[in-house]
Amino acid sequence: MDQGRRDFLEKTGKYVLLFGAATKAWDFILAGNPEAAPGYDVTRHWWAFYIDIEKCIGCGNCVRACKAENDVLREPFYFRTWVERYHIPPPDLANLGEELQPIVDSPNGGYDGFPERYRDGDGSKSFFVPKMCNHCTDSPCTQVCPVGATFDTPDGVVLVDKTYCLGCRYCVQACPYGCRYIDPRTHTVDKCTLCYHRITKGLTTACCEACPTGARLLGDLKDPKDPLHELLRTQKVQVLKPHLATGAKLHYKGLDGAVR
Amino acid sequence: MRELFRDAEHLFRLAGVFVALFVAFLVVRAVLIPKSFGDYGHYRAAALGEARDRGVAFAGRAACLDCHEDVGTAKAGGKHAGVGCEACHGPLAAHVADPATVVPQKPDPAAVCLVCHVQNLAKPKGFPQIEPKEHYGDACGACHKPHAPLPVEG
Repeated sequence: MDQGRRDFLEKTGKYVLLFGAATKAWDFILAGNPEAAPGYDVTRHWWAFYIDIEKCIGCGNCVRACKAENDVLREPFYFRTWVERYHIPPPDLANLGEELQPIVDSPNGGYDGFPERYRDGDGSKSFFVPKMCNHCTDSPCTQVCPVGATFDTPDGVVLVDKTYCLGCRYCVQACPYGCRYIDPRTHTVDKCTLCYHRITKGLTTACCEACPTGARLLGDLKDPKDPLHELLRTQKVQVLKPHLATGAKLHYKGLDGAVR
Repeated sequence: MRELFRDAEHLFRLAGVFVALFVAFLVVRAVLIPKSFGDYGHYRAAALGEARDRGVAFAGRAACLDCHEDVGTAKAGGKHAGVGCEACHGPLAAHVADPATVVPQKPDPAAVCLVCHVQNLAKPKGFPQIEPKEHYGDACGACHKPHAPLPVEG
């Protein structure tokens, strides 16, 4: 056996790091024709997302990665994912009955990071909240589309058919999470696709790939071995605006009540 | 029988018009509605395939380790073991597809380290953060190896 260590790792490494179908798909991605990758069945997946707020450092890697991966305009009005900084001031002891209003900022969506603007030790608290499409099961945005241009896929992703979109903006207004925008190049709506071109090839999303602290995690809930099951079972998780019953599939760990 | 339809000729003509309109409707419908419309729901199922049919910019850490196994070994067990390669090196699927011609630039430590490690009150308290002016400036590489930043040498 004259098989070198390198050769061995090349052959086996990908089987350890990529799972089943991903391994097969990878060869097609390298060959430059990922569409030919076999084995993606929309009925056998149900994608969900998990964000651990306590791990987010507001570096903006996800925002930059998303724009690079998905050809999103660099101007600071167009984001498929962005990061918000919440600052909750200390309670005013003279007016304890008044509700505390958090101060939220998101300079360029967090693309360039967050310059320090708060001082330590004044009784306030600050934290980062990454935002993106919640890929709702009962999406308000898909319900209002008059032409069937936006829809829930059988594998649980909300997508836009740009050849059908009229640019009427109903869905932009309907989304309670502010996740949609009109792309001025095409005058059609644009939003997070959950990196559909990646996840269907066995890769994770660009934002997950670029997140240095592992604050973001993509999960397939139809896969009983997916680590997301364990996290949803053992961690305290919440979705944004649960009272709207959107069936959001973006689960937050450590979500503060002040987050809207 | 003729008696029955004697005064109904105009109704037949009208029925003919209706049939012609219905056939025209079926033809127009068949032309206008895409083949895959309604396969999964009230939308064009082919749009899923179009959404899939895109190239990737980020190759993923598994692809990097196919060749750069030494870096994987260097990172193992270190503080940066969980950090994806492209988190610091940027999107490099083009390099994976054509390693010979697309040669990535080495990231500048002064810039890339501080993307994460500059001090900010909103960061989680346990996350290692520095104030560059109070630390050792931006010569990170003098003490820290980026792939395994701890233990600090010197």
